[in-house]
Amino acid sequence: MEIIVCIKRVPDLSETEIEIGRDGVSLADDDLDYDVNEWDNFAIEAAVQLKEEHGGRVTAMTVGDEEAEDVLRRALAMGADEAVHLKDDAFVGSDALGTATILQRAIAGRPYDLILTGAISGDEARGHVGPMLAAMLDIPMVALATELSVEGGTATVRHEVEGGLERITRMVLPALVTAQTGLNEPRYVSIRGIRKVSGVEIFVREAGDLDLDGSQVGVAASAVTVEEIFLPPRGGGAEMLEGSEETVVEKLVERLQREGAF
Amino acid sequence: MREIFVVIERSRDALDESALELLTAARALGEVTVSGVLMGADVADLASEAAQWFDSVYVFDDPSLAQPDGDVQSRVLAPLIDREKPFVTLIPHTNTGLELAPMLSVRAGTPLIADAMAIESCAADDCEAGVECVRAVRTVFGGKVQARVSAIPSENGVMLSVRPGAYVPPDTAPGAGGAVHSETIPEGVLPRRQYVETIAPDPGAVDISQAEVLVAIGRGIEDEENLEDLRSLADAMGAEVACTRPVVDRKWLEKTRQVGTSGVTVKPRVYLALGISGSFQHLGGVKGDPFIAAINSDPSAPIFGVADVGIVGDILDLIPLLEEKIRERRG
Amino acid sequence: MAPAPAAQMYLGLSGPALQLLLLILSLGAFTFIMWKRFGLLRLGAPDPRFDHLGTRMARLLVVGFGQSRQPRYAVAGILHILIFFGFLILSVRSVTLIGEAFQPGFADIGPGYSSVKDVTALVVLICCLIAIVRRAIFRPARYRDRYAHASHAHEAYIILGLIALLMVADAVYEGSAMVLADANGNANAFLPLASGASELLAGRAAGTLEVLHLAGFWVHNAALLFFLCYLPVSKHFHVITALPNVFHLNVKPVGEIKPPRHDEADLDRLEALGVGKLEDFTWKHILDFYTCTDCGRCSDHCPAYFTGTPLSPRMISIKCRDAAYSGYPIIGRRKPKDEQPVLVGETIADEELWACTTCGACEEACPVLIEYVDKIVDMRRYLVDEGRVPASLQKPLADLEKRGNPYGKPPRKRAAFGHGVRTLAPGDKTDYLFFTDSCAAYDPRIQETACAFARVMTAAGADIGTLGKDEVDSGHEVRRLGEEGLFEELRDTNLEALGAREFQSVVTSDPHAFNALTHSYGLEQPVRHHSQVMAALMRSGTLDLRAPDDDRVYTFHDPCYLGRHNGEYEAPREVLDRLGLRTVEMERTRNRSFCCGGGSLYLFYEGESESRMGEVRVGMAEKAGAQVVVTACPFCLINLEDAIKTTGRDGSMEVVDLAELVDRSLSRPATAPAMEIAGGQATSGPQTD
Repeated sequence: MEIIVCIKRVPDLSETEIEIGRDGVSLADDDLDYDVNEWDNFAIEAAVQLKEEHGGRVTAMTVGDEEAEDVLRRALAMGADEAVHLKDDAFVGSDALGTATILQRAIAGRPYDLILTGAISGDEARGHVGPMLAAMLDIPMVALATELSVEGGTATVRHEVEGGLERITRMVLPALVTAQTGLNEPRYVSIRGIRKVSGVEIFVREAGDLDLDGSQVGVAASAVTVEEIFLPPRGGGAEMLEGSEETVVEKLVERLQREGAF
Repeated sequence: MREIFVVIERSRDALDESALELLTAARALGEVTVSGVLMGADVADLASEAAQWFDSVYVFDDPSLAQPDGDVQSRVLAPLIDREKPFVTLIPHTNTGLELAPMLSVRAGTPLIADAMAIESCAADDCEAGVECVRAVRTVFGGKVQARVSAIPSENGVMLSVRPGAYVPPDTAPGAGGAVHSETIPEGVLPRRQYVETIAPDPGAVDISQAEVLVAIGRGIEDEENLEDLRSLADAMGAEVACTRPVVDRKWLEKTRQVGTSGVTVKPRVYLALGISGSFQHLGGVKGDPFIAAINSDPSAPIFGVADVGIVGDILDLIPLLEEKIRERRG
Repeated sequence: MAPAPAAQMYLGLSGPALQLLLLILSLGAFTFIMWKRFGLLRLGAPDPRFDHLGTRMARLLVVGFGQSRQPRYAVAGILHILIFFGFLILSVRSVTLIGEAFQPGFADIGPGYSSVKDVTALVVLICCLIAIVRRAIFRPARYRDRYAHASHAHEAYIILGLIALLMVADAVYEGSAMVLADANGNANAFLPLASGASELLAGRAAGTLEVLHLAGFWVHNAALLFFLCYLPVSKHFHVITALPNVFHLNVKPVGEIKPPRHDEADLDRLEALGVGKLEDFTWKHILDFYTCTDCGRCSDHCPAYFTGTPLSPRMISIKCRDAAYSGYPIIGRRKPKDEQPVLVGETIADEELWACTTCGACEEACPVLIEYVDKIVDMRRYLVDEGRVPASLQKPLADLEKRGNPYGKPPRKRAAFGHGVRTLAPGDKTDYLFFTDSCAAYDPRIQETACAFARVMTAAGADIGTLGKDEVDSGHEVRRLGEEGLFEELRDTNLEALGAREFQSVVTSDPHAFNALTHSYGLEQPVRHHSQVMAALMRSGTLDLRAPDDDRVYTFHDPCYLGRHNGEYEAPREVLDRLGLRTVEMERTRNRSFCCGGGSLYLFYEGESESRMGEVRVGMAEKAGAQVVVTACPFCLINLEDAIKTTGRDGSMEVVDLAELVDRSLSRPATAPAMEIAGGQATSGPQTD
């Protein structure tokens, strides 16, 4: 099986205080830690597991700056066979469509049975790149997979739909699947594991290699622009109760009773 | 007048509430005609019902559309958009919309804004590019930050997926009825996905979607054994226990108790959110504007932005205290 | 006259010929079996165990020959000691009886030894009978492991039976001779067993007696030679390997972990890391498997086993031994690789390995000095290398790598204590370098203890400073989880930070950090635990302390890494004594201390268990009559405080850190302003009470 996994390097925001950067459209960078997008990590694990079961190759791809190489190394350490880094100043500021375009050019001409990527990314949370890529390649796709298996050229996917329901859907390969969290249990990547793959060659592709220019990708080509990011207004937010544990609980219980909670 | 498309989602053979929410969003864009777009099998009745709300309805009624399938739907709709060239296409940002919107935006050649909350159409001199644009507010970075984004329409307009619950259904009564246009599926467009089955939650399991009072727990519970205290508290309140996705991922509670976009939608009167940060995925399942009380150890947790009352504290300490006081009051 | 065995003919074979035949068969078989067993040892990884000969001889004498750990379990211990010494004494008899088949009279070496031999044989026989009855009827719980599949219990009966048979056979041999008029010239010797046998045999026909005499002889010899060959195929291999195993004990400090390989120091040059299959173990560890007696003392002391986790240390040894026996059979070829079960993963489940807190109670209990911690760490190294880390541990490990602490908190907020504990910039000097480690750096409850300690030091006029945000986690737990690469990175970062400052000694309130800094960092300066520092200050009179008005009963909980792993039991007790507090000792104290459940990042790991170690421990405190449990470790403090809450003892019991106690007892307020806990309010000026 030939499997391509599209991954992204995103900031890890679980414990940081957010600060808006001076340009007003991105986060202040100094204290930020980055890692592979959590949903993409499940996709990498799924790809490697499928390869271990069926044989074949896994290729990890990312569109990103110099630092994005980290996530490719991670993928290699987890068991990916090849890594492709789509890196060019011209790519910077691409919107989802631009990113999908870059990926589509990189993938075109390569054989593949399955493309995997995370359902959404932890930063933008749009969920666009996967489906857009599928549309561009004109292959079927399923989003939010919680189980995935492949048998004789057909993928069987269990995925989330509305109302707590899940559905089982089949597609003939080639197809694209986006991973929901909990698809599997991603393996751990140890320091030694990363060091072991530090010498593996990563293939870099630039705009010229993909026959792209600023009219198709990058800031200028983006049809969707971020004008400004800001912290949500606290006004209209919660009335915060203050005092000792006794006091606040007392106040809360009173409000709850008033609202008919019990 | 400009035309706005609203993709109507079905929920258990009825119009999903999102359809009417998006109607409100559409009307807020100014002088427009709003057309519902409905896809399904045997949906004549639904189409008529929809026509009571929308100015017109385009219906694709075909057995191949029985199951929601973003891939085939996008191939069905793209030619319609190309033909009618609506100014804006609105799609609910549901799990199905997550497939449909991006694929359709590529096939119809329109820019796409995801998960929009507040949408406005702006005149050329208001827009940075000097061309008229459509603006929306959405959340990024796990719900902690908001972004204002804008999109310049292509000749097929702009597409937005809209956050369910961001708008309220209109409170006007349904009208006399708009026209229903029966559409045919384009030549050669067939589903490429094969539907096998739907897995419903265990019928013996609890249905929290009907509960009036919910005590919801998130990652802050830290450990499965602390759920005992929580159940005790819920018991004292006569409430149902609900939770967020991470709690279900760890298999501490059943999936049927998971509130959120990938879980159950609830409409309680009171929602007590304990140790819940308030991510969009979770809050997306809470409808109807309940009284929300939140306790979280992180003062910057997004939940405090939507809660009515909040406490910054350690839920492991406060839950037993809460239970004690509630039992006292109940007598 | 009793017939001399050497002089008879047996089916055409003379006595000596028969004995020679038996010897050739048995010794041949024995040699073959031992050679096969030894074969696996040669495949094991290298292990330097021929150094420190003096220590090794001393331990061999005390633990091996002296059986020093046996009496911990009184009844079984005494029985074993008697049988063990009995065996040593009777070994002469065994040899001489073999010689007797070649030369009549060979076994007569004098009435002195005869008496000793006979009394010993009687004692051994009685012990065997008691042991059999005890095992069969009273069934001590320790013998049957909760997780045992195949029962090896029958081996115990076989061995006890064989030993008893040997005693009885010799008694019949001697006794029948005594009845046949006393031919051995030991008429005046005190031979209670033989005499007893002779009483039973008296009155039999001479012919019968002669047959019995010869039968007794040959049964004894055959049984002995059979016994010899049976040892290396049963759990009683320890009879042969125990003394060598004790000799090759682990002489490095208990708190130190073995390097991944002894023959390669560079982590990146190793093909594979850790132990995934039997042959990855060092030869000494494989010898450990041969030596396990299946006595169950390790699991009996294991807190993870006690609380119902999947781990039983004894089963690790037994399963590995069974894998060694079946993987390298005496008869037949080795099974090909793909037919053998995978050792780590199938034979031993991942969950068993993750459940260990590395407390070391198992090693402390083992009478033959089998090692466990190093093996478990080695197997974890393999799991980590393969990426098989439980999800709940992946996040803290990732946070340790990125942020230098398992909580994921920002590095710049590390150890922000404010007043009284200054942060040392590179180039600064101080007396005491206070290594806080991650708990004290970020957990608000532990920050309180760190500040208490700082106040104590200030009151003593000692200059103390921290590395501030240049410090990262000591890496102690990381190493024991098997993430050797990450441990090296953390250590190197800390060494760099330490190298940039000048200090007389390092002090820490965290025994885990204490252990890591002492054994794995190679510092020139001495490393002390805060209990040691405070004890010394009190001893020298530098700390002027007021005895608190408190009639509560206090008990000290020995942290695994201060006590068992580093042998420090006295300093904290000295502090408590000097404070004038009423103390009691719990059960399982000092080197038997029952782990609180805090090691190996247990705060993050969600393994299966039926009860919590902390809760068990506070139960012991209550049973001992204590109202206050004193700890000297942040993990212990957190776990025991939690346990007090979850077991509803908040009103009746308290947990407190040693430093906090000393702090409360300072007879004058600290001269420095009140300590600022990160994020809290600072008060300025001296405290005025």
